Amino acid sequence: MAALSADFRLALRSFELSLALDVERVVALVGPSGAGKTSVLRVIAGLTRPQAGQVGLNGEPWVDVERGVFVPPDARSVGLVFQEYALFPHMSVRQNVAFGGKRRVDELLERFRIGKLAGARPRELSGGERQRVALARALARDPGVLLLDEPLSALDTHTKAAVRVELEELLDGLELPTLIVTHDYEDAAALAETVGVLVDGTVRQIGTPDELVARPADPFVASFTGANLMRGHAEPMENGLTIVWLEAGEVVYSTDEARGAVGVVVYPWDVAVGRLQITDGSALNLLAGQVSSVVPIGNRVRVRIGPLTAEVTAASAEKLELARGGTAYASFKATGTRLVPL
Amino acid sequence: MQRWLQGALFFGASVVALLFLALPVIAIFTRVPPGRLVHLLSNPVVRDALVVSLKSTAIAEALILLFGTPLAYLLATRRFHGRALLITIVELPLVLPPAVAGIGLFAAFGRSGLFGSTLDALGLDIPFTLTAVVLAITLVASPLYVRTAIAAFEAVDRDLVAASRTLGAGPARTFFRVAFPLAGGGLAAGAALAFARALGEFGATIMFAGSLRGVTQTLPLAIYEQFSLDFDTAIAMGALLVVVSLALLLSLKLALSWQPSRQTSASLSAPSS
Repeated sequence: MAALSADFRLALRSFELSLALDVERVVALVGPSGAGKTSVLRVIAGLTRPQAGQVGLNGEPWVDVERGVFVPPDARSVGLVFQEYALFPHMSVRQNVAFGGKRRVDELLERFRIGKLAGARPRELSGGERQRVALARALARDPGVLLLDEPLSALDTHTKAAVRVELEELLDGLELPTLIVTHDYEDAAALAETVGVLVDGTVRQIGTPDELVARPADPFVASFTGANLMRGHAEPMENGLTIVWLEAGEVVYSTDEARGAVGVVVYPWDVAVGRLQITDGSALNLLAGQVSSVVPIGNRVRVRIGPLTAEVTAASAEKLELARGGTAYASFKATGTRLVPL
Repeated sequence: MQRWLQGALFFGASVVALLFLALPVIAIFTRVPPGRLVHLLSNPVVRDALVVSLKSTAIAEALILLFGTPLAYLLATRRFHGRALLITIVELPLVLPPAVAGIGLFAAFGRSGLFGSTLDALGLDIPFTLTAVVLAITLVASPLYVRTAIAAFEAVDRDLVAASRTLGAGPARTFFRVAFPLAGGGLAAGAALAFARALGEFGATIMFAGSLRGVTQTLPLAIYEQFSLDFDTAIAMGALLVVVSLALLLSLKLALSWQPSRQTSASLSAPSS
């Protein structure tokens, strides 16, 4: 039996949020803004009443609309960390943490390295420090479930990478059922063992981050996980491969079986880039195009060639002398080419 | 038009407006020398009026805070049908002519009024007593507090209230530890406004409570009475009220500038409806 189970419906402004989710360890719901992610957390925490369904922790019912059960938020064992952290501005760091529970304050201040800031007011803190205070405060209650709303979005890019690693370690050590919502697939994949893609109030696909990348259920999931998506028409061939005529006129091959209108899914890290037309490589698919952008991201470079985005190492980008406006060839293997029904 | 002429016109208009606004106050303090002002204030009429004013205003203020704060909190945090109507009821005494407020109180609590027989049976006779003064100034002054308090509670970040609840605080603890302190600046400002209005109330009080020296005669009523008897004493009381009002205005500005958080900006604006 799952630690946290939620199965409910909630009418939102322009669509209905309908969710059935079991959370045992770390689960992330990822989706575009306005997909109803925050509403999921609000329903579980008891800040919003669903129209139908149940929410419960370890068999203890928190909401059961049909049986008229509604446990108020203060009687639920949840730790909710708000997107903007919602620290009490009129209290010190210590008072904020103690608001959740007085028993473990010193231990938590120590653990989150905010002991020196105990007397400071939230407005004097940096983004990363605020997040640590918010986490400490949520844990001070000894919650049975931890809910994190966009834990990394209030941070600048610089702090974000470091905080993500910290958060990963923290969640590993906590052994609490944890539900994270975020709009960033990379964050979700880094923090959670199970990721669900939430669009317009429904979960399109749920699985491990690897599963979502390897077998995206639909074009939306594919593009959300960072894949290239091209539209085309598929026909099976006699040799077991599938041939796809792309809308732009090119032809690509895939080992996936499909027929009719399909989305061709290729991940940027599966795309090789060259200046010459490679004829003796193992990659069956080759697309020529103009380089429209070259963006360095850390030790990698993201290159846009025609309709495709490829990721190569900074060293190879330099060797190839990739520059905007030039022509380049993108190649990728048929085994790395996923087909999803449109 | 010439540029300098435009400038001169704006400057001239501003000077006239400022002088007009300040002139009555300046006149009060120049008419009687300060030394005599203090002497005049020892007049028993003044002392009685001051006691009545302070007593009634203090009781009224306590009632306004005690009943107005929960009302404002509910109107600020709950969304329900008829909320706009309730806010309009709260605001009504603000636009009501004071004489109408006075006659209304009479119609409600007077001997032949709505509750007249009930009050009579209990042996209570309200008109022309200190209770009547308190009721009159409470009615007229409370909208100023409640309106400001609604705006102050509405300005408290909802996430902070929600955070308090998820951290195990019930509605009462959330109110006292989070909503109330964060709305503090706005509440203090509203209280100061209501206090100033209560202290200066005239029309409703004279209708419902009369002007009995030592019983219902507040400072504004005493000024009105002394106006034809002893003008200098009336002026002295006027000066006293100016000083008190000025102190209130300054404390109000201070209360408004004290903001515990960047999300919470207490303002005097009307509540959203």
